[in-house]
Amino acid sequence: MKTTGKVTGIIANLVTVEVDGPVAQNEICFIDLDGVELMAEVIKVNGNKASVQVFESTRGLQIGDKVEFQGYMLEVTLGPGLLSSNFDGLQNNLATMEGVFLKRGEYTKALDEEKLWDFTPLAKAGDHVVAADWLGEVKEGWLPHKIMVPFNFKGTYTVKNVVAAGQYKITDTVATLTNADGEEVKVTMTQKWPVKVAVGGYVEKPRPFKVMETGVRCIDTLNPIAEGGTGFIPGPFGCGKTVLQHALAEQADADIIIMAACGERANEVVEIFTEFPELKDKHTGRSLMERTIIICNTSNMPVAAREASVYTAMTLGEYYRAMGMKVLLLADSTSRWAQALREMSNRLEELPGQDGFPVDLSAIISNFYARAGYVKLNNGQSGSITFIGTVSPAGGNLKEPVTESTKKAARCFYGLSQNRADKKRYPAVDPVDSYSKYLEYPEIIEYLDEKIEKGWVDKVTKTKYIIRRGKDAYEQINILGDDGVPMSYHEQYWKSELVDFVILQQDAFDDIDGSTPLERQKFMLDLVLEICDRSFKFDNFEECTTYFKGLINICRQMNYSEYKSEQFEKYLGQLKEELKHE
Amino acid sequence: MSEKAFQRIYTKLSAITKATVTLEAQGVANDELALVAGRLAQVVKIKDNAVTLQVFGGTEDIPTNAEVTFFGEPPSLNVSDELAGRFFNAYGEPIDGGPAVEGEKRQIGGPSVNPFKRRQPSQLIPTGIAGIDLNNTLVSGQKIPFFADPDQPYNQVMSMVALRADVDKIILGGMGLSNDDYLFFKNQFESAGALHKIISFVNTTDQPPVERLLIPDMALTAAEYFAVDKNEKVLVLLTDMTLYADALSIVSNRMDQIPSKDSMPGSLYSDLAKIYEKAVQLPDGGSITIIAVTTLNDGDITHAIPDNTGYITEGQLFLRADPDSGKVIVDPFRSLSRLKQLVQNKKTREDHSAVMNTSVRLYADAANAKTKLENGFDLSDYDLRCLDYAKEYATRLLAIDVNISIEEMLDTGWELFGKYFTKAETGLKEKLIEKYWKDKE
Repeated sequence: MKTTGKVTGIIANLVTVEVDGPVAQNEICFIDLDGVELMAEVIKVNGNKASVQVFESTRGLQIGDKVEFQGYMLEVTLGPGLLSSNFDGLQNNLATMEGVFLKRGEYTKALDEEKLWDFTPLAKAGDHVVAADWLGEVKEGWLPHKIMVPFNFKGTYTVKNVVAAGQYKITDTVATLTNADGEEVKVTMTQKWPVKVAVGGYVEKPRPFKVMETGVRCIDTLNPIAEGGTGFIPGPFGCGKTVLQHALAEQADADIIIMAACGERANEVVEIFTEFPELKDKHTGRSLMERTIIICNTSNMPVAAREASVYTAMTLGEYYRAMGMKVLLLADSTSRWAQALREMSNRLEELPGQDGFPVDLSAIISNFYARAGYVKLNNGQSGSITFIGTVSPAGGNLKEPVTESTKKAARCFYGLSQNRADKKRYPAVDPVDSYSKYLEYPEIIEYLDEKIEKGWVDKVTKTKYIIRRGKDAYEQINILGDDGVPMSYHEQYWKSELVDFVILQQDAFDDIDGSTPLERQKFMLDLVLEICDRSFKFDNFEECTTYFKGLINICRQMNYSEYKSEQFEKYLGQLKEELKHE
Repeated sequence: MSEKAFQRIYTKLSAITKATVTLEAQGVANDELALVAGRLAQVVKIKDNAVTLQVFGGTEDIPTNAEVTFFGEPPSLNVSDELAGRFFNAYGEPIDGGPAVEGEKRQIGGPSVNPFKRRQPSQLIPTGIAGIDLNNTLVSGQKIPFFADPDQPYNQVMSMVALRADVDKIILGGMGLSNDDYLFFKNQFESAGALHKIISFVNTTDQPPVERLLIPDMALTAAEYFAVDKNEKVLVLLTDMTLYADALSIVSNRMDQIPSKDSMPGSLYSDLAKIYEKAVQLPDGGSITIIAVTTLNDGDITHAIPDNTGYITEGQLFLRADPDSGKVIVDPFRSLSRLKQLVQNKKTREDHSAVMNTSVRLYADAANAKTKLENGFDLSDYDLRCLDYAKEYATRLLAIDVNISIEEMLDTGWELFGKYFTKAETGLKEKLIEKYWKDKE
């Protein structure tokens, strides 16, 4: 029998319920408000009082309203049909909701239960299988969607039978398994999983050893992210977090992109809804929407569901990873999620940590980032989740709890700088402060040696050195004046400007410059480094300035031209000509 | 607002703070309205039978035996076409001497639009001000605030923008508006002959601050009526959101909530987002565009109010006095319209974004030159040209008193490039230079 209860207190979306039976932490319950069922999650229990956070507005709720507990945690439905969908934070399908406004208590099914899928068996009677093993496959668009032994099955099972190839609904039984005790269990094409629990079902999680190409030069060339790696992008508002995230979603070399819009602007999500179906995936030529899933809890949607949205996104990622897919998960912004935690902690009257955030914030964030990773599956194949979150630090000050906690958890740091954004140097990723820990991994160095060229990481280190020296020179020039420093300072500074304008800055809105393949990145870096290796003899700093501005201009024209095209070669010729009279 | 005859009357308050009262009552719903000693109040917390109400008019001289009656419903507004041309207070009651509005009663602060049902904003809102149209183009369905110090003429600029914009309705939500400013808006609208398309909800400085909390929701409920029901283009002006946020902090403070940064409530982001996210482009052609004002303290945008606002809105327009040109300008560095790329080069000429970026970059070079000058260094020829350019750029394009078409703005941009710089110094694409470059006359 289900535990029931009655409402005894209400402050905003925190409701206290007096219960008549057992309740579990994180259990889901429904509150009856004149026939409208409001979903809520238990976040604290004290005696026979449970504190629940309601995923909807509590307007009109009264003392004494009835509550029914469900016996399960917040969970998502997994199965074919997730791809290209637009869900809210609780996995309601936004496309099938009626009316322009979101109605309170309206929950829609995540998956279409009527649709027929072409099923092909992969396992056969007598096979021994464990959770996450592949039993069959359906075509979810281009994607060979594996039907797996449900993640919550414990121990080894024997396949009794798998249905023949044919068309089935997701709720149809496609396999029957027998457990060690000889009991039979039926498996359909769909299963449920609690979002706050990490999905297992893999043999090992090795250190990431490959680089994920993103087409963004300041990431790929300077601070690459590993496939299965983690990174974060903190930055004040207006520094281009969203544009950078969208560029990653459009260009990254991944099979599946999951975007969690967590407490951000609705118009940004609309941009994805509108543009992704039209845009082509540069790697496969298919529409971008065909590889994208959107989890959308915009800033005006219920605060409690914001927290759920990032977990929902991660769980869907883990599901596809278990099929051997390369998943890129983007969450914008994890600060909003942390703020949702703060609001709730505040209402629960918990003793606050720094800036009012809950004291376990750091642990919660680390735990979440740890769910990403490259895994080896039971059948020897591999899958990965690469996770990049954005952080919106209050006042642009990176010394705040969310940024600090995330810094401990993520391996790549792409700090956006207000100064660069003010100068319209986009992407505004700070080349000096940002880092990728993966550049220190021997596995990654080896991979890049092979993938690009031997000694590539040394070139990257050298590039960073040029940038740092340029910055020092710039500071000196500013203190001592143009005439107060040796000519070499000007040269140093302008070499770093060359790197900045040609390699770091990239026009995300330009069709050609917006996305740069690795091969082209290598070509341009070699070109720029070759110039930086030369030593010049200028008579005065104005000559130096004019000369380098000319070089930068030609290189930028190259960036805007089709790689190796006639135009590109023309500019290259011009550049070589310029370099003759140094 | 009328009382219901059958409602029970309570007369025993157990606690009173400056903004709230608490009493024992049964059958009370969250968010519902009540009358406490004749003042409007709203339920903000219920614990067992103890109900806490936020009293909009303040709690001065409310006695513990004050009469409390509950309405059984949250705040609402009567919506119909009769709203047009009228002035209301924070409760939606007429203050222009006219009759009460007849119409459908709608709860304010209603649900949000399903993001999947939204459309991508794509309609340009020209204002004639180059600091906006050229550098920070506005799009219908956008939400954007002016960030300005209290001495900047933000209300004037806002009313100018509103009257030049091609919209069906303009809804003014005035929070803590001085009486003079209220009359200024009224005069502006009247003399422009635009009163018939204006609806105002006003809380002036002489009225209790907590009342302000109702203003945005009132204004936006009216906006949704015209945008959703009538498919109209609606522009909502909210001034000043800093005073709104101050009122939020007063209430949360009285309710003993733990404050976060700058003594603002921890929910400030969500509270502001709930308002700004009402900006929308609807599928059937209606739209709500929000232009707000957030006053700053000495240009400090790291304060919690502008900071949270910046993360919510689609950019910000930063006003500042420019000592070189002697004009108030729209600061090209700190200002941003996030939706500008949806219309630039698409609804405007192909060279729009290139002219914008280049002119701002050159203006940044001028700022560097100025720093050099202030530090007593010699200026190069390029520096001197930058400084001259900056002055003319500020006067002819950034100043808020400019009123020209976007085409003229672009032509002016090219004229300035040709006058002060070489082609290579601009770094513009050759394709554009061939077509638009103007040599110095």
